[in-house]
Amino acid sequence: MSGETGIVLVERVSKSFDGFRALDEVSLAVRPGERVVICGPSGSGKSTLIRCINRLERHDSGRIVVDGVELGKDPRAIRAVRREVGMVFQQFNLFPHLTVLENLTLAPRRARGLPAAEARATAMHYLERVHIPEQAGKYPRQLSGGQQQRVAIARALCMKPKVMLFDEPTSALDPEMIKEVLDVMVELAMEGMTMLVVTHEMGFAQRVADRVVFMDQGQVEETAAPAQFFAEPASERARLFLGRVLGH
Amino acid sequence: MRSLRILALCLLLAACGSSTYSWGWYVVLPTTQQGTDNLRFLLSGLGWTVSVSLLAMLISVLLGLLVALPGISERRWLRLLNRGYVEIVRAVPVLVMLLWVYYGLPVVLGISLDAFAAAVLALALSDSAFEAEIFRGGIQSVARGQHEAAEALGLSWTDKMRYVVLPQALRRVLPPLGNQFAYMLKMSALASVIGLTELTRRANELVVNVYRPLEIYSFLVLEYLVLILLVSWLVRRVERRLGSDESRA
Ligand SMILES: Nc1ncnc2c1ncn2[C@@H]1O[C@H](COP(=O)(O)OP(=O)(O)OP(=O)(O)O)[C@@H](O)[C@H]1O
Ligand SMILES: [Mg+2]
Repeated sequence: MSGETGIVLVERVSKSFDGFRALDEVSLAVRPGERVVICGPSGSGKSTLIRCINRLERHDSGRIVVDGVELGKDPRAIRAVRREVGMVFQQFNLFPHLTVLENLTLAPRRARGLPAAEARATAMHYLERVHIPEQAGKYPRQLSGGQQQRVAIARALCMKPKVMLFDEPTSALDPEMIKEVLDVMVELAMEGMTMLVVTHEMGFAQRVADRVVFMDQGQVEETAAPAQFFAEPASERARLFLGRVLGH
Repeated sequence: MRSLRILALCLLLAACGSSTYSWGWYVVLPTTQQGTDNLRFLLSGLGWTVSVSLLAMLISVLLGLLVALPGISERRWLRLLNRGYVEIVRAVPVLVMLLWVYYGLPVVLGISLDAFAAAVLALALSDSAFEAEIFRGGIQSVARGQHEAAEALGLSWTDKMRYVVLPQALRRVLPPLGNQFAYMLKMSALASVIGLTELTRRANELVVNVYRPLEIYSFLVLEYLVLILLVSWLVRRVERRLGSDESRA
């Protein structure tokens, strides 16, 4: 592993779904503490890319190395990576039969072997960080969408991950709830968390991203600093995409 | 259509009422010593009926779950294993299974089972195929996102199933499981043919001594009805208890 810098390394990764090439030789290296925003038109492979990073999807070829562990067939390696990589989904995917607190303590207890008291303390700590400690005893369905997504973020953070993946975390939210979730994400970025965020929230990208990765048709079309990317994208496709997203 | 059926029912009742049959309910009423003895005799089968059904249900649920799990695997051969089990076991009539276990197993495996063990085993096996299908359906009804969230958190397959998927699946399969339990209670009557002295066997025995089949079998119907109503009531209680987890305001 020596000589390789980066907590997430994606090298020439391809992935097809029944003949359809969702990822086409994608390469990406993320340094510790870096914030990368991934954007691109629908179907361009953004979700597939970040889902490959914690092996929710299997890549067909190429290499993915996370924190020095290469993802392959070995289930122990896969779980080791998943423990270090938090994921936040568009649809929250909270466990509906568990309380907020139980949602947060399950994985630390079962996958990290934390004692119950310690897991609870960690959970309360992160619930405070996402500003909803008072909801600990409730069930997910009793919370608003924005609250649910913040619980989902806290749930991932309770595993003390080294990297956080976000797949359109605000796309399923009502407009008035987007800000509360983005605020939490901005705070997380300020604290130095390594983040890969698929989002169309260009304001967020401008504020916190170190880099914007623009994907199209399964390929990384362009990578640039946000200032550069938003001012004058290099590719025609990125220009078209930005025009649509920013409503120009 | 509906009124036709009601009419038919009325005619049937009228026929009963006007028939020359003279009822002898005293054989199953505690008004005489004989009636009390008969009742005690009939009810002495209750323990076997309940214990056979409960034990067979317990085993068939566990077995069904065990069979359901390969049915949701990504591996084809595991799914085939599940299919094979379900199709074969489901095709055997319960009575045939019972006779086969009771008379056939001793020959094939050299182990002989008493009527109780044979009844439990046969009923459990028969029902496990249905249980397996119920569980498979329940597990598959849990959203993909639940699996993904559990996996993304680094939970092992066992922990994912135990803490995330199965608790949600179980809530959904409770009504069909209750149904299956009612069915099991009724199927336990078949154990009478291999000599288990459960409710139906007791009724048969009494009919031989006291020739009052209509009264005795009517009482038998009543016994099963009470048992099954009890099961329905219990299942609904459990459902409400589990459901309250998610809906408590
Ligand atoms: N499980 C799957 N089976 C078949 N095809 C899939 C599957 N997942 C994704 N695809 C296809 O792969 C392509 C890339 O999908 P992906 O979800 O990565 O796109 P995306 O960039 O995240 O799009 P969106 O912005 O709509 O979320 C799409 O054409 C999609 O239809
Ligand atoms: Mg997507």
